[in-house]
Amino acid sequence: MNLRSLPQRLAPSVVAIIGVGAVVGVFAGVLSMANGFEKTMLSAGSEGTAIIVRAGATSELSSGFGNDQVQVIADAPGVLKDENGPVMSAELYVVVNIIKKSTNQEANVPLRGVQGGAFQVRDNVSIVEGRIFEEGKNELIVGRAAQQAFAGLDVGNIVPFGLTEWTVVGIFEDNGSVSESELWTDVRVLQSAYRRGNSFQSVRVKLESPEAINALEASLKEDPRIDPDVVSEKDYYSGQSENLADFIRLVGYPLTILMAIGAIFGALNTMYSSVSARGKEIATLRALGFSPLSILISTIIESAVLAVLGGILGGGLAWLLFNGYTVSTLNGASFSSVVFDFAVSPDLLVQGLIAAVIIGLVGGLLPAIRAVRIPVSAALREL
Amino acid sequence: MSQDLAVLKDISRTYQKGKERVEVLHKLNLNIAEGDFLALMGPSGSGKTTLLNLLGGLDKPTSGTVEVGGAALHSMSSGALSKWRARHVGFIFQFYNLLPVLTAQKNVELPLLLTRLGSKERAKRAATALAIVGLEDRASHYPRELSGGQEQRVAIARAIVSDPTLLLCDEPTGDLDRETANEILALLQALNRDHNKTIVMVTHDAISAEYANHTVHLDKGTLTAEMAA
Amino acid sequence: MKYFYLVWKSLWRKKVRTILTILSVLVAFLLFGLLSAFNAVFRGGIDYANASRLVTIDKISLINPLPISYEQRIKAVPGVTQVTSATWFGGYYQDPKAQFPQYPVVPETFLTVHPELQISEEQKNKWMQIRDSAIVGRDLVNQFGWKIGDRIPIHTTIWTNRDGGQVWDFEIAGIFDSDNNNGVTTLMLFHYDYFDEGRAFGQGTVGWYTFTIDDSSRAAEIADAIDTQFANSPNETKTSTEAAFAESFMKQFGNIALIVRLILSAVFFTILLVAGNTMAQSVRERLSELAVLKTLGFENGSVMGIVLAESILVMLLGGLIGLGLSSVIVQGAAKQMAAFLPGLALTNEALALGVLIMVLAGVAAGIFPAIRAMRLTIVEALART
Repeated sequence: MNLRSLPQRLAPSVVAIIGVGAVVGVFAGVLSMANGFEKTMLSAGSEGTAIIVRAGATSELSSGFGNDQVQVIADAPGVLKDENGPVMSAELYVVVNIIKKSTNQEANVPLRGVQGGAFQVRDNVSIVEGRIFEEGKNELIVGRAAQQAFAGLDVGNIVPFGLTEWTVVGIFEDNGSVSESELWTDVRVLQSAYRRGNSFQSVRVKLESPEAINALEASLKEDPRIDPDVVSEKDYYSGQSENLADFIRLVGYPLTILMAIGAIFGALNTMYSSVSARGKEIATLRALGFSPLSILISTIIESAVLAVLGGILGGGLAWLLFNGYTVSTLNGASFSSVVFDFAVSPDLLVQGLIAAVIIGLVGGLLPAIRAVRIPVSAALREL
Repeated sequence: MSQDLAVLKDISRTYQKGKERVEVLHKLNLNIAEGDFLALMGPSGSGKTTLLNLLGGLDKPTSGTVEVGGAALHSMSSGALSKWRARHVGFIFQFYNLLPVLTAQKNVELPLLLTRLGSKERAKRAATALAIVGLEDRASHYPRELSGGQEQRVAIARAIVSDPTLLLCDEPTGDLDRETANEILALLQALNRDHNKTIVMVTHDAISAEYANHTVHLDKGTLTAEMAA
Repeated sequence: MKYFYLVWKSLWRKKVRTILTILSVLVAFLLFGLLSAFNAVFRGGIDYANASRLVTIDKISLINPLPISYEQRIKAVPGVTQVTSATWFGGYYQDPKAQFPQYPVVPETFLTVHPELQISEEQKNKWMQIRDSAIVGRDLVNQFGWKIGDRIPIHTTIWTNRDGGQVWDFEIAGIFDSDNNNGVTTLMLFHYDYFDEGRAFGQGTVGWYTFTIDDSSRAAEIADAIDTQFANSPNETKTSTEAAFAESFMKQFGNIALIVRLILSAVFFTILLVAGNTMAQSVRERLSELAVLKTLGFENGSVMGIVLAESILVMLLGGLIGLGLSSVIVQGAAKQMAAFLPGLALTNEALALGVLIMVLAGVAAGIFPAIRAMRLTIVEALART
């Protein structure tokens, strides 16, 4: 009913649409960072693999094991064994500086030393270019995301870290997970290059089954030779990503609420001017017998429709502009860069639309009440 | 006879309306004596308002000269015309055109904002003008709180507050009932007789024209008859 | 100005519309204030960095320690005035998630190199005398409620002590403030000696060196001299100014400034539309009134000025209140979240920028209606009535 006279009230209507669009767009944009970061971190986590670090360590970097402790883990119950022995990888990483392409400044990148079992404890790793490093040599394989984000990491390149030179021999992918932000080499070569003796930071083991983690944990905790924290890889990464993801959300939701309040004022403005522009039309409808309730509802619906249009516009733009956009950030917990894509997920878009509808309903209510309060006779006479 | 305040010579005014050229005034000549009260009558579309606008410097002729009080309006820049209008002309419109956001007093003070007078002096003069039109007790009312006749009086007060020599009225009683109209016309007459204001009034109402000293008729852009009241 | 009365009254022509527009502007500048303060967190270390202070870290990585012997060698380089060191302790108090910086340092040299640190003479002396004492920044005191004399346990995630434990005890000897916003008040400082003797590994090393030079224009030169000295050694170094170091570190988090700017652009774009629309409607409704002003003798430029003044006034009204509100919120939040978001503050530059934007936005929103008012032909406008 109302929508037919919309063309006359085009300008204020466009303003309301854009206002809501901005809210939803910013909401989707900011929160897609948290989404994308989490996705990258969490897709690295599997329940079939356990990570063991020293008790109390908040990340691998602050953990430490000697070789004998690694042996204790290798012999523990719950660890999957194949024809070669326990499926596990004792690992150690250092943080190196590499120029980030987008800022042309150095960034912290993890250089991880792994054992042969590294490819089995992680379900989705595969070499996509070149080959795996040879044991005992200063050779690196580079995660796909790292190769794209940081300079000089193509197959065949020689990368100097300190006094040592390393050759990039391959590129690996891991289902878009955080491992792709890393550089890998033979753990013994790393230990020697960084004078770490025979120490490791973490041990990843493939579990006989996800439930086997309980037996593993119990056995290790009872053992006086070792003082570990045992978590599934999934829980470990969840903990690592919590801080940053929570932080982004902590900023993002209040920001959106504030913007939504502004949008509500904008919508109120639009709807009030719409109602006064339609004064004669409303009065005529009332005189013809349309009930006040129908006028009220149609006004609120008009506001909601404009807001939804804005929500679709904003959400659509956010999706177009941000979805899949690659950035990297410093993960405080691991003190190294994580490369991830913005992820404008469907549920974000839905949340945005819900926000738009709420803005529309609230913004339309008061003007709708005013619309039906206009005394019919006065409106007809005045115009 | 007193000397001429306004002299219009060979005035033509043509407008471009889409593809057509419409000539509203055609080689018109008119002299207005100082202190005169002139009624300008004619059918709708005859160019009365255009003539009034030319007299007040709101519009410029396509050809011909307009001299008012010695000033050559046809050749003045728009900035100069603004300044001239502020000092020499007062306008009174059919629909009053008061600013709804200001009180009667503040509406009357508006023209004085263009002078160098301080706020106390402005208030004093506005009060005087309101007293002349008999509305000193309505000074702090808003236009929406006044009747049509009262609004027109405020408009008149605004028109005379900077003491102009020429008052131009465009259908000043067009929106008023007979009784109120007569009051307004009587007020204009008093301003003419007692304060020596030269008044040119456009009207289509013969009864209103009787309040003036002279009447001229305008038809299709030219003056036809001139009758003394 | 005497026209102000007219401008003010014209604003309130349609009260509801004006109030709603002002409220929209208010929200926009509230966001501006809050986001600017947020951005300041990431710039604090950069903007307030001392131009005469440099940082030397291990070339390969920040987390590799440097030998303590480097201190004298750095000090010997011409141009270097005083050297101090610090190490990342990596601890937390009670909640593992609430980490904050603790540094074992050599007290005398640290205080000399960091003159912005303000502490009473008495507390300083107490710190110097008691080996297992620490001084803490004001932000930490606000966050945790510590008092002088308290004995607090810090859990470290890195530095196991010799008895195999992860917990180190410290007595709080003093509380310090800072005379600028560079985040130093989120630090806890204790004795390097106590640390080095108590730790299970890594003796004789420090995390990084901070030093002052006599001539800030020679910073690059001196940095080079130091790095050259340690080239081809087991611990090569990388030396940069404090500002450059902070900046490259912050950059890793992502371009926060850019994100904030993008968000604010979206917000202000919307505000301009809202205010612009309001001004356009307002002018459209009173074309005849504006024409009357011209008949009275108001010049075209004056009429345009009146419309622009209205538009700017709307922006100032909403903007100043919004900015003021954000300032209040930021001050409150800064106290609560000091250790978490160090340097949260609305700087004077941000405030000045805000006011400038208010004026510019007022002009932008009002310019088209103002030009329309200016160009209004009296004759046409009056003919409409």
